[in-house]
Amino acid sequence: MAEFIAYLIAGLATGAIYALAAIGFTLVWQTSQTINFAQGEFVMLPAILILAMVGFLGAPFWLATVLGIALFVLLFGWGFKIVIVDPMIRHGVLPLAIATMALAIIMKEGAKDGFSAEAQNFPSFLPVQTISLGGVSISLQHIAIILVACAAIGGLQWFVTRTKTGRQMQAAAQNPNVALVLGIPVARMVMLTFLINAGLAALASVLISPIYLAKFSNGEVIGLFAFIAAIVGGFNQVRGALAGGLIVGVIDSLAAAYISTSYRLAVPLVLLVIIILVKPEGLFGRKEERRV
Amino acid sequence: MKNVLEVEHIAKHFGGIVAVEDVSFAVREGEILGIIGPNGCGKSTLFNCVLGQLTPSAGRVKLDGQDVTGLTPEEMNKRGVSRTFQLLQVFPELSVRENLILAGQEHKGTMISRLFGARDAGLTAEADRMIGFFRLGHLAEAKAGGLSYGQQKLLDAAMAFMAGPRLVLLDEPAGGVNLTMLGDLKERLRAMNAEAGATFVVIEHNMDFVMSLCTRVLVMAEGKVLAIGSPDEVRANPAVIEAYLGH
Amino acid sequence: MIHSSLLSRLDGVFLTLILGALVLWFVPAGMGRYGTYVLSLWLVTAVAVMGLNLTLGVAGLKSLAQAAFMGIGAYATALLTTKGGMGWLPAFAISGLLTFAIGLLLGFPALRVKAHYLAFVTLAFSTLVWLVLRNEQWLTGGVFGLSNIPRPTLFGLKLDGHLAFHRFVVVATVLLALALWWLIRSPWGRAFLALRENPVRAASLGINIRAYTLLAFAIGSAYAGFAGALYAPLVEFIDPSPFALSASFFLLLMVVAGGSGYQLGPFVGALLGVVLPEWLRFTGGLYLILFAAIVVALLIACPQGMLGLFERFWNAIRRRPMGRNLPLREEQP
Repeated sequence: MAEFIAYLIAGLATGAIYALAAIGFTLVWQTSQTINFAQGEFVMLPAILILAMVGFLGAPFWLATVLGIALFVLLFGWGFKIVIVDPMIRHGVLPLAIATMALAIIMKEGAKDGFSAEAQNFPSFLPVQTISLGGVSISLQHIAIILVACAAIGGLQWFVTRTKTGRQMQAAAQNPNVALVLGIPVARMVMLTFLINAGLAALASVLISPIYLAKFSNGEVIGLFAFIAAIVGGFNQVRGALAGGLIVGVIDSLAAAYISTSYRLAVPLVLLVIIILVKPEGLFGRKEERRV
Repeated sequence: MKNVLEVEHIAKHFGGIVAVEDVSFAVREGEILGIIGPNGCGKSTLFNCVLGQLTPSAGRVKLDGQDVTGLTPEEMNKRGVSRTFQLLQVFPELSVRENLILAGQEHKGTMISRLFGARDAGLTAEADRMIGFFRLGHLAEAKAGGLSYGQQKLLDAAMAFMAGPRLVLLDEPAGGVNLTMLGDLKERLRAMNAEAGATFVVIEHNMDFVMSLCTRVLVMAEGKVLAIGSPDEVRANPAVIEAYLGH
Repeated sequence: MIHSSLLSRLDGVFLTLILGALVLWFVPAGMGRYGTYVLSLWLVTAVAVMGLNLTLGVAGLKSLAQAAFMGIGAYATALLTTKGGMGWLPAFAISGLLTFAIGLLLGFPALRVKAHYLAFVTLAFSTLVWLVLRNEQWLTGGVFGLSNIPRPTLFGLKLDGHLAFHRFVVVATVLLALALWWLIRSPWGRAFLALRENPVRAASLGINIRAYTLLAFAIGSAYAGFAGALYAPLVEFIDPSPFALSASFFLLLMVVAGGSGYQLGPFVGALLGVVLPEWLRFTGGLYLILFAAIVVALLIACPQGMLGLFERFWNAIRRRPMGRNLPLREEQP
């Protein structure tokens, strides 16, 4: 039982990180119908950038973190929107989806050739001790990750539902034409979602890299789990992505412990297939009506 | 006279919004029934419920007395119901002739013959007849995307007739078509009605077009049927006058 | 007279395929073993890209499992011809049928909902296949792979030598390309195109969207199976790495680079993706970045890919008033 609780908490921690990536993914999907196949690489890269700042500039870690995240949000929030999405969206969503695959390759190979092919230690900002509570050893890091991720998601939810800008952002996502008529700066709101996506990815990166180490190939698994989380939870909901992330994280953690380490990846995949078969709009999603 | 299509108490809600409310009418064999009404009165939603693009919230649709409620657009088409859309829907990358062959190919032969048989599914002659009928002769080989708007509208309508349908639903066939083309279109549709014996339902905003083309007219307002009758009866109907001139 | 660019393009495709086959039959005579191998690898990759071009370029569906399907074909052929003791031809047929059937099974639930779910289902499938290839050592040899895959003997001809095997690949590629050429010209091809361009309108014309979508995906996947069946005896040793998810991404990029929807596009795309890296070996891993960057640049400037670029260029040279993008309405007979 004690063991089970430890795995559960570990799963919730990684799940909360997947949720961050999944939320960014669904936000971008809602505002611009962009499926970002580089989402996993978006989580992989910030940690590499930060380590590169430490390595090449000799910057202290906290400064490198600030600079690395700022650079990442600039390049892959603002830059991604301006350089990749804007020129391509007029050709339709298919070329754009493929461009994000190309981007994934560029980011991955760039991290490998430009930085390192080896996994690198990534220091944690959070406490790494383990405490024992009634016979159950609990990693403080996991608890802290859950708290930080939930605070970020709660903050986002508050921003989206309680502030004027957040509500404008939602309106721009739901119906851009009506939003334009109402005088909402739709273009700026769409840009905002891309910045938020990059910010969430950077946060996920800083949280997950101390556990998984920073490596160029991390994006594949993280991206896959973020997709699964988004679909399981429901494509059109922030809380859906949160729930999806937690479910996938817990299932992955338990599968690794109790089923098979070599097939741990397969269990969330099976979950995905079941969801698509049984409830394709996701656990928390809304059905979309066929339209002309 | 026989009824081809019977619409009984059709309703459609989107969330809390009622788009179509308890609409019933029948379409008689060989007639041209016009449906008019202000923007947003539910005409296109009604069309989409009848043709399977949307599932009606209540009511039924009968084709030749058979219940066809909830069938998919493909199945409706296979039963001899074809349609055009409000917005232009031709395939711009295909030639005019190819567009017409595409519109007819699923009604001929089998999946196997469509793979191993003739490339045109034996429809070139029929397509060319249709091209001639709609006076697009010089454009048979041209890509549909390169045609003028009016010509594309003609092609769009022609495609609806390729499979020899019993019932054709035309959604704003005259929308955006210039005056000279309009006369052409009306005349072609009337000829099609007389020659092929096809029954039409036409949604249109252009009053003159509807009143001169249709044998009967149905007026919708706020998702409901306001009046139905001959063009003259409808014109004289006080409720219609109220709806159109009242405010 | 207005000429149909579609028709003339298709007949051009036929001629190019036949001519290309003749050239490729004789060209490697003077090339070494390695040069011939690269040429064969180019053609085998082109077969997989061809299938994906049908799925993506013609029918507009995103499949992220083309490399996984190729892996299934390669492992099936390898196992059947080594442990199974079967001839290559039946193994080839089984590889195609197997991938076709899996395509149907996979596509059915995914396409029930929305076309972009196919991307996620195939993404998941791709990872699953890779896991199985890596973990089921008793069957697949795990990370050590399968070796000593025999080269086929067909109709009494031993195709052991690199030149003989290359010519065999040329013939197989041309036959597969011609079959696809036929398919795209048939009413099926027209229906595929219709469901890419406008599925709602296509349905209203009686086109069975679900059946055609499934078929396009399954046939595209079967081509990956065929490519795998050619790949296994070509390399004689297979392991899971070339069939990973990133390889599927790479195949998609080749479709786009060559010219999505163009029938000769796969050959151009595979040329860029397979042959060019051999010439640019000195750049090391940077080649991948270069290739991906080229694709992004192409997608921005000319989403129709290299062949689209070529066509644009060609039209500009000819300066004919009836270029494909000009309106035709002024032309009266």
